[in-house]
Amino acid sequence: MDLSRIREDFPLIAGHPELVYLDSAATSQKPKRVLEALDRYYRELNANVHRGAYRLSVAATEAYEEARRRMARFLGAEEREIVFVRNTTEALNLVAYAWGLRNLKEGDEILVTEMEHHAGLVPWHLVAGLKGARIKAIPLTEEGRLDLSALDTLLTERVKVVSVVHMSNVLGTINPVAEIARRAKEAGALVVVDGAQSAPHLPVDVKALGADFFALSGHKMLGPTGAGVLFGRYEVLEGMMPFLGGGEMIREVHVDRSTYAPPPQRFEAGTPPIAEAIALGEAASYLMEIGMERVYAHDRALLEYALKRLAEVPDLRVYGPRGEDRGGVIPFTLGRLHPHDLATFLDQEGIAVRAGHHCAQPLHRKLGLAATARASFYLYNTLEEVDRFVEALLRIHTRYRAWL
Amino acid sequence: MSVLDELYREIILKHYQNPKNFGVLPQATKTAGGMNPSCGDQVEVMVRLEGDTIADIRFQGQGCAISTASASLMTELVKGKKVAEALELSRKFQAMVVEGAPPDPALGDLLALQGVAKLPARVKCATLAWHALEEALK
Repeated sequence: MDLSRIREDFPLIAGHPELVYLDSAATSQKPKRVLEALDRYYRELNANVHRGAYRLSVAATEAYEEARRRMARFLGAEEREIVFVRNTTEALNLVAYAWGLRNLKEGDEILVTEMEHHAGLVPWHLVAGLKGARIKAIPLTEEGRLDLSALDTLLTERVKVVSVVHMSNVLGTINPVAEIARRAKEAGALVVVDGAQSAPHLPVDVKALGADFFALSGHKMLGPTGAGVLFGRYEVLEGMMPFLGGGEMIREVHVDRSTYAPPPQRFEAGTPPIAEAIALGEAASYLMEIGMERVYAHDRALLEYALKRLAEVPDLRVYGPRGEDRGGVIPFTLGRLHPHDLATFLDQEGIAVRAGHHCAQPLHRKLGLAATARASFYLYNTLEEVDRFVEALLRIHTRYRAWL
Repeated sequence: MSVLDELYREIILKHYQNPKNFGVLPQATKTAGGMNPSCGDQVEVMVRLEGDTIADIRFQGQGCAISTASASLMTELVKGKKVAEALELSRKFQAMVVEGAPPDPALGDLLALQGVAKLPARVKCATLAWHALEEALK
């Protein structure tokens, strides 16, 4: 992996050598190829998809469906199992409403984890509230892993859905989803995976994972905002009613009733984010050409180096497990300094990190913290940037000693 | 002086580490909470009104240096003031940190937070307690 060439591919990175961008878990930077794909669509292909009798619309449709094929390849899925949505949040809401609302009954249980992003919790809260279903969580261990020993008692026959985050956006923990999915299947539960952090950073094969649903956001994996993917196992999608109704998702419509198109169109009501989906397909190709194994290895190398160097900073605490099951995300605190103040200090040093609860309030409650600062890496980050990050922290420690 | 040196001064540190009027106000006549859902910072402002005078005020909650110091300094400034005066000070403070309006000497030690205007990401921290105060005085 030629890092200097990769950095050249990203205009915002290459154009701002003074910036150390360590917030890719929130959103990634975009390579030129993705920006060009967006631009090219509007300049050369702009037409609505799936309905034009003219060549331009056929070309737009072909580009959109090519993006679907690329996302299928990226996830190890079939084309007809790829539904374009806005983002992970919308994908998980689609599952909660289109599957949960119609299949859950009073007294049923939904099993989540204590490290879910709010997007993996709130849609279930909304649907469980309507159906009288209960929500339970797989607890965390001290190290920040899931405590799978609790599964025996948690996975009762009442559990109809197991909804887990593949990689924590706070701790970086990569959860053993394949094992959880196997156990869930044995218990007869549907398996929903929040892949917002894993899809951009790890090789993912949804079939090997045993997921019934897998959700991702394009903008975290080098794509534009506004396009994400819901993978759904075809047999499951086929048995589901639509989420949103409107154009494109129908077979036949009367004034008082309608029938629906087969998946994936059944779940893509209205004009989809065509340009964004095409650009997301380009992002997936870019990542596949580099190789997701390499992306993961690069994140891991940055993580290990950062954890080693961060140990030099007095009063710094880092959270999250140590080992191969940890991606490039580091939550940290510095003495008694509030993470927001710390993030402001780092910003003045040109280091972009996030501070807050990172949309994971239950996890922070478990850690006993109101907030953390978080640094996260991606394929364009360098060891030298890790050095700059650590040196900035050392300067802050000296300068604001009274605040710690 | 850099923006940070201007803002993260002794007085802010003092009020962050040892906030004034911190804790529960048992005889509170009005209470309002504020929360910044993006960061989890929260504050509760309790006032005891005698007629239209703020006879006593306290706050509690958790937050960063800017939100805590702003709340602490606010309670010192508005205690003993008439409701209308407190609301006018709130307007002046917010004009200073939100719009970057010229500082008004009436804000006293709160002038130390002037630099927040140059840190747009932190404006909400500085105004959190003030929004709660306005709510409590409604």
